[in-house]
Amino acid sequence: MDEQIDYVRLGLKVGLEIHQQLDTKHKLFCDCPTELADSSTPVSEVERYLKVTKSEVGEVDPAALYEIKRGRKIIYQIPKGHACLVELDEEPPHELNREALKITIAIAKALHSRILDEIYVMRKIVVDGSNPTGFQRTAVVAIGGYIDDEDGRVGIQTICVEEDAARKIDEAAGYVKYNLDRLGIPLIEISTAPDIRTPEQAMRVALRIGLLMRLTGKVKRGIGTIRQDLNISISEGEKIEIKGVSKLELIPKVIRYEVQRQLKLMDIKRELRKRGVRADEITCNIKDITDILRSSNSKLVHRELRKGHRAYAIGLKKFKGILGVEVQPNRRFGTELSDYARAWGGVSGIIHSDELPKYGIIEDIVVSIYKYLKLDPERDAFVVVISDRERAERALSAVVERVRYALVGIPKETRGANPDGTTRYLRPQPGAARMYPETDVPPIRIDEGLLKEAELLKPKTPEELLKELVSRHGLNKEMATQLIKDPLLPMYLDLVRELGELIKPQLIATTLLIYLKGLKSEGLNIDSLTEDDIKKVLQAVGDGRIAKEAIPEVLSAYLRKNVENVEEAINMFTQISVEELRQLVRKIVEENKNAVSRKGTKAFGLIMGKVMSLVRGRIDGKIVANVVQEVLQEFHSEDS
Amino acid sequence: MGNPEGLEVGDLVRVVKNNIVLEGVVMPATEFTSPDVVILKLGNGYNVGVSVKNAKVEVIKKSYAHIGGEALRARTSISGRGTLRLSMISTGGTIVSKVEYETGAVKPALTAQELIELAPELLNEVSELEVIELFRLLSEDLTPSHWSRIAEEVAKRIESGAGGVIVAHGTDTMSYTAAALAFALRNLPCPVMLVGAQRSSDRPSTDSVLNLRACPVIASRAPFGEVVVVMHGHTSDSYVLAHRGVKVRKMHSSRRDAFQSVNDIPLARVDFPKKTFKLLNRRYLPRSSLQNFTVRAKFSSKVALIKAYPGMDCGIIDYLVDKGYEGIVLEGTGLGHVRRECIDAVRRACEEGVIIVMTSQTLFGRVNMKVYTNGRKLILAGVIPGSDMLPEAAYAKLSWLLANVRDRDEVRALMTCNLVNEINEVHDAEIYPRWYHG
Repeated sequence: MDEQIDYVRLGLKVGLEIHQQLDTKHKLFCDCPTELADSSTPVSEVERYLKVTKSEVGEVDPAALYEIKRGRKIIYQIPKGHACLVELDEEPPHELNREALKITIAIAKALHSRILDEIYVMRKIVVDGSNPTGFQRTAVVAIGGYIDDEDGRVGIQTICVEEDAARKIDEAAGYVKYNLDRLGIPLIEISTAPDIRTPEQAMRVALRIGLLMRLTGKVKRGIGTIRQDLNISISEGEKIEIKGVSKLELIPKVIRYEVQRQLKLMDIKRELRKRGVRADEITCNIKDITDILRSSNSKLVHRELRKGHRAYAIGLKKFKGILGVEVQPNRRFGTELSDYARAWGGVSGIIHSDELPKYGIIEDIVVSIYKYLKLDPERDAFVVVISDRERAERALSAVVERVRYALVGIPKETRGANPDGTTRYLRPQPGAARMYPETDVPPIRIDEGLLKEAELLKPKTPEELLKELVSRHGLNKEMATQLIKDPLLPMYLDLVRELGELIKPQLIATTLLIYLKGLKSEGLNIDSLTEDDIKKVLQAVGDGRIAKEAIPEVLSAYLRKNVENVEEAINMFTQISVEELRQLVRKIVEENKNAVSRKGTKAFGLIMGKVMSLVRGRIDGKIVANVVQEVLQEFHSEDS
Repeated sequence: MGNPEGLEVGDLVRVVKNNIVLEGVVMPATEFTSPDVVILKLGNGYNVGVSVKNAKVEVIKKSYAHIGGEALRARTSISGRGTLRLSMISTGGTIVSKVEYETGAVKPALTAQELIELAPELLNEVSELEVIELFRLLSEDLTPSHWSRIAEEVAKRIESGAGGVIVAHGTDTMSYTAAALAFALRNLPCPVMLVGAQRSSDRPSTDSVLNLRACPVIASRAPFGEVVVVMHGHTSDSYVLAHRGVKVRKMHSSRRDAFQSVNDIPLARVDFPKKTFKLLNRRYLPRSSLQNFTVRAKFSSKVALIKAYPGMDCGIIDYLVDKGYEGIVLEGTGLGHVRRECIDAVRRACEEGVIIVMTSQTLFGRVNMKVYTNGRKLILAGVIPGSDMLPEAAYAKLSWLLANVRDRDEVRALMTCNLVNEINEVHDAEIYPRWYHG
């Protein structure tokens, strides 16, 4: 990736939308708990259909909307004890959860946001089935505010409290299935202004806001409890919405890749103009090429054809090579087209000429397709979809629309983040969401009492926290300052809260800031370590089972997969007593008695080396030296 | 519920407070809105409540958005590609309630066009669909005089050749109206279908769609000419039931499948998505010819329905007598009892010519006033045992009889007589719900 890009010069503007689950006792509009069900939770199922009104599209993928309009069945799993009639849309919502409101207000105050006087709950129409009501309940709690960053102040636009959606667990042609446990867990949504100017600043701001929320002690932790959406634009590009960045560390990557994508799309536009491609040349003239593909040995093709599907193709004149242009790492312009085919047609993807020969489709067949489509293999391109006629038509016409837009520039899209930081097309950006007042929930007046209670949850400022790290945790100023900026700060605070009685915060900070970084520089994947793994190792130090010097060794052994689990790694380095050590030294001396006899007092180095290789990290080296000395003296006195 | 500072609903305003500027359209206040708060719809669609105390409020444009009610539309109609002449009489309730997203105002209107938008396939089934907006009332506000209006309107549609009449109705008192219509409209040539919704029709999850889609199926397939309540049979959108109007009750405050037949089984079910019709109950009133159809739409408003309870004040009965009530339906305890202290009051009422009918607050089962002393004493005092009639059905029946039958002895006799299957003499062991026991 080109690290030399001057983002400020490109006019990069990024806005964040952060969603964080709140750790309340009850859900936002009912008295169910906010914990997810597990695989042993008994479930019952209910089947529903949603009515979609003409103009309400909102945040739904086009293919999903199409299926719902055609009467796609929505199945809800009701995990016993994790959802009630409210989630099932069989009972009106209860009043808005005050605990969730208080936490939201506390966070809003820390962001210098202005709390509204009366809170009104709205219904935001969402018809993908992720909410049995067909809408999400959401309320603006505060407006305005800011967060300071070294590259400048970033404004806050709105702070909302809303209900989380149901969890999708299965999907096929005729139905989609959701589990209702997550539905209704309170979320805070913080939207910043597009004041962020660099990829790194975006991560810093997200980190700061994330930390601020964590410091209330009232937000959920773990996978899926926080989700970042990004709005990214550059001067000559377009504002793109990117949904679902689950890892903070991915934010800069997502931004860099998006900028790269926009620049590449602008390159493609210029190249197409140079080639003299006109919009009216790009037509959706669909040809059935099933018979040509049938003669290939492609497993992929035959698997589809066996389902009764057929292969449909369109030609793209003067597009040779364009579909193969890489717009993001491992994602070509053809991949973008594939996203469109999937999103609009519900097909599994496309095959395009720039990637062929591949999938067992050999050169001869490619030539036949070119010939059949009356295209020039040196100049033109084609796109193939294998599906039923109706889906193929929708998929290919979406592809054609997208290809036409390549002449104009960058389409306004809502994209989804992939785990590697690249993004995929989800749907066109919706217009302003349709909002109805939630008439079943009374407004809440924000009074002095509520504000006072919220004040108690207000998180510390970074300055206050820094002071506390030095004065109460006993960290030195340098380490505390470093920690404040580190993404591992929340983990540090959790570990101090849980293990603070047992071990010094200094050791926890050293483990996170020094030992982990060291392991990373050795090329180990420290991302695979969970907070629980680290906690277990530190706990073992606290319990006196291992020496603190053994921490990096234990973690290294675990990361190198020398052991099954972290428990085993700890056992490898469990401390031994002086008496056990003496027995071990005697055994080694005995095994090497010839050498020891021969070397006399010079045998110390030999024995010390052998013993240390077995007990390093399990007992203090000084003690080992003493014991080796003693045993050798013992041996020599007996020997002589 | 007025807005502060002379602001009017629909005005585009700017509120400046503590360096924050809010711009939005003034929305109608709710019952719970604080007096100093104005609700603004912001550009992003959200409504927010702002106190105008210590705020600078500036009207940018008066009457920026039109927010207001619409007149009752007497009749709208639409032609379809099918063969069924379907009429719908709208009385109000959740099924026709819509919140306008622009304004937040509740608009309880329904036109033929809007009905088609809810269930587009109706166009394939009807030759003509007409919608008559009779009232815009929540069902708890209906009175026996509204029953008369509805009965007359339904009769008109039937006499003009409708192949089925739908009555859109709030669910709270739907079973009262259904029972009332069952007594008023006799020898029906087609089903009269009361339809409601537990989730309003503007919601994507509304139950009204499935309930409405079942109506043309019932109208064209059902062998019965009865007043039925057509509502979800399950919390899933899997089937809709047609319950006998005199034997149905709203048994849950909010579920889709709140309506259940009591002391009887539903007449029919329509399964979705295939829309198959299945007759469930062989005991029904068959469709009659149009010539035999009769309507007697009057109801007495001098009937009371009261529930017996421990420590009940017997003066309640005396009060009703003094107020000139003609009939009282008692919802007694168990097999049909009121406390011993009230028996004298009951006797006096009967002596004054008030007709008193006993039903049971257990709902399931039949009253039997010969088992215990107080029951026997009540019979001697002149109380009419209401067999297995639901209290609501007995109430509608007594109200109808008192308005249409002059002779009180005949009223008394007819009260125990089965007119439209409001009494079921045979209770199978199965017609009692299997409750969930954990």
